[in-house]
Amino acid sequence: MIKILLAGQGGQGVLSAGKILAECGLKEGKEVSYLPAYGPEMRGGTANCSVIISEEPIASPLCNEPDVLIAMNGPSFHKFTPRVKKGGIVIVNGSMSDCYAGRDDITVYDVAANDIAMEAGDIRSANNVIMGVLVAVTKAVKDKSVIGCLNEKFIGKPALMEINERAFRMGKEAVISD
Amino acid sequence: MSKILLHGTEAICEGAIRNGCRAFFGYPITPQNEVPEYMSVYMPKVGGVFVQAESEVAAINMVYGAGGAGVRAMTSSSSPGVSLKQEGISYIACARIPCVVVNIMRAGPGLGGILPAQGDYFQATKGGGHGDYHLIVLAPSSVQEACDFTYRAFDLSDKYRVPAMILADGMIGQLMEPVELPPMRPLSDIPKKDWATDGGYGEDRRVLNSLIIKPEELEPHVNELKKTYDLIAENEKLCEKYMTEDAEIILTAYGTVARICKSAANILRKQGIRAGVIRPITLYPFPSEAFSEAAETAEAFLSVELSLGQMIEDVRLAVNGKKPVYFYGRTGGNVMDEEEVVKAAKNALLKVRAGE
Repeated sequence: MIKILLAGQGGQGVLSAGKILAECGLKEGKEVSYLPAYGPEMRGGTANCSVIISEEPIASPLCNEPDVLIAMNGPSFHKFTPRVKKGGIVIVNGSMSDCYAGRDDITVYDVAANDIAMEAGDIRSANNVIMGVLVAVTKAVKDKSVIGCLNEKFIGKPALMEINERAFRMGKEAVISD
Repeated sequence: MSKILLHGTEAICEGAIRNGCRAFFGYPITPQNEVPEYMSVYMPKVGGVFVQAESEVAAINMVYGAGGAGVRAMTSSSSPGVSLKQEGISYIACARIPCVVVNIMRAGPGLGGILPAQGDYFQATKGGGHGDYHLIVLAPSSVQEACDFTYRAFDLSDKYRVPAMILADGMIGQLMEPVELPPMRPLSDIPKKDWATDGGYGEDRRVLNSLIIKPEELEPHVNELKKTYDLIAENEKLCEKYMTEDAEIILTAYGTVARICKSAANILRKQGIRAGVIRPITLYPFPSEAFSEAAETAEAFLSVELSLGQMIEDVRLAVNGKKPVYFYGRTGGNVMDEEEVVKAAKNALLKVRAGE
């Protein structure tokens, strides 16, 4: 079982990335749950969601102690890093945050997702850069499931599909080459 | 059929549509806005009716009308909105019109907050409106159940001519999980209603009314209702038991909280404490037998709720003084985690063993 908490600013694609993750898990025949936090936030406010992918039926859908934290900006990184399980992983968008976790019992991957996304062709694909990192580091889901989901999502927009797939692959390479 | 990923609110709608719901009336309120949103798209596609009413009061009275005409009708809202519907619900209960009311509970009292809560247990199970009546209350704890229970609610409501309620916390509404949808049931498959006011004249004229002014008529009518509630209690009680056989402590909760309790029970078992969970599925009728049975072997009970303690009263009635019943709850839209429940369970055991 892997518990992933995705957090960031509204509009960064945190909830979309969470949904794609859950769908990938479903495609692979696993049990999944996706729980968005739906506080009274407006555009530009904070957004986060909890995704669990498991071989067994999922009891609690909460991720109070996530195995993996994805932090798309500084405030999310500092708010949620203390909650990450011992030995857990934090993937932080280095373009919008520092990477000082203040604890040494977790592994922090610092990836400049916005910069890589711009290089891929659209800053809005930063969430898929991070997805690439996540898949490379945790193998939570398979490459082909993510690509498949992106294909379905951008079925009418082949140009965006290409950018997002590129962003995903560049995210993977960013950590593999480290 | 393969599973698809759905929101709890969407699953509720699919459960309704697939079991013949062809009329939906609602008024927006967070956190259930996805229900009317979904219905506004899909009702017209199946030849049904969607109305965004001018208020919750109007919506429930539209359900009264549509349900009375024999159509499977539904409304949904969240706590403050459901309070507004209570007058209509009481009328519907008296007129014996089947329908389904969905309450995606948010934190109260008052307008409260928009985050998950379970503070409407009393309102749902004890008759939130005036007079002697009950609803059939089902509490889903997963997205699959949100679909299945809504489907089932229509059948139960039709069978007994008692309105049914889906009582879910805000988490169920927003949660996305894989769901296997039931097949679309043809309307021709749904039993005919020989009482519906669907246009008969003369000898076929039928009346549905909640004003029964003569005491010699109202008493037998209410007694008939009582008979129906007894019958429902006999036939329809449902609960899930999780590792209860050898449990020292029984955690009990409904909805999403029951899942948190299951996780807590797993943690407790790993630490050598034999914990089990009883999850009432029908909140009315309350599955009391499961509790009286467990009271024979367990040392203590712990009711875990997103409230100040409501279901605990039914748990205590069911346990009937045989064993102590403790409480752990959070309010205001805060949700407890597994560790809080683990701690509360250990405290409960300490107390009972110290003879408190």
